[in-house]
Amino acid sequence: MRILFIFFAIFVKSSLVLSVEPDEILSDLNLEKRAKIIGEQLRCLVCQNEDIQNSNADVAKDLRRLVRKLLNEGKTNKDIIKYVHQRYGDFVLFSPPVRFDTIALWLTPLIFIFVLFFIFFRKR
Amino acid sequence: MKYFIIVAIFLSTFTLFYKGLKNDPKVVPSNLISKDVPNFSLKDLNGKPFSNQDLSYKGIKIVNFFASWCPPCKIEHEHLVNLSKNYDVYGIVKKDTLDNINLWFKKKGNPYKMIGFDNDGLTSIEWGVYGLPETFIISKSGKIIYRHIGPITENNIDKIVDIIDSSL
Repeated sequence: MRILFIFFAIFVKSSLVLSVEPDEILSDLNLEKRAKIIGEQLRCLVCQNEDIQNSNADVAKDLRRLVRKLLNEGKTNKDIIKYVHQRYGDFVLFSPPVRFDTIALWLTPLIFIFVLFFIFFRKR
Repeated sequence: MKYFIIVAIFLSTFTLFYKGLKNDPKVVPSNLISKDVPNFSLKDLNGKPFSNQDLSYKGIKIVNFFASWCPPCKIEHEHLVNLSKNYDVYGIVKKDTLDNINLWFKKKGNPYKMIGFDNDGLTSIEWGVYGLPETFIISKSGKIIYRHIGPITENNIDKIVDIIDSSL
């Protein structure tokens, strides 16, 4: 039981460890907090199921430095995400923008649920 | 009617998923196609400035992102040397040292007209680069017309030459 608990503790601890290195962390805690929020919204282009905040890939590290550089320059969260989006496209965003060409992506699940609901639960 | 709708939904979803399976998840489409060369300002091998202004003349340009520590870059090097005989090839080297680059060129030759040192990786981000090597073709009017991800090999060199020749 004790061994199981130790394994569980190690697992929980390791899942909390971020890839951000000490030299990347900003001295201004508010800016660092914003950098973390932005980093969690940007997808790592190499390990595609990870955000840049939690990825060890070289490009993720460069993007983290860029985010912090732009924050120091006084850019807003929206400006920074737009900056990265302009260079890497929709793929870098975990939440794709709602546009004419992406509307199907947002509406298909809703339509799917609606149709199934209509078929199986309508009053006979 | 009920079963027709279910089958129609199933088939359309299946078709979408099947089409998606054929996409290569490692290839992220470039957002810079048909756009101007991004602004950048680097230093070349001799410490002289190398910027987007050096790519603004009328003519086809090839811009290759590489590094001496990148094994696939070594695979494509001989093809870049061949391409440089007919076209202007420029290089942007990511996080590398002058000594390593010179050593490499001494062994394999230097295909680049100019090289910029991207030490912090920010110029690579400006170009939407996420791995090495990557190669861009720039049109006469200064627009990015093609991006090749990964090494140039015998299997894809013809496609690259075709794209260049069709835009001459």
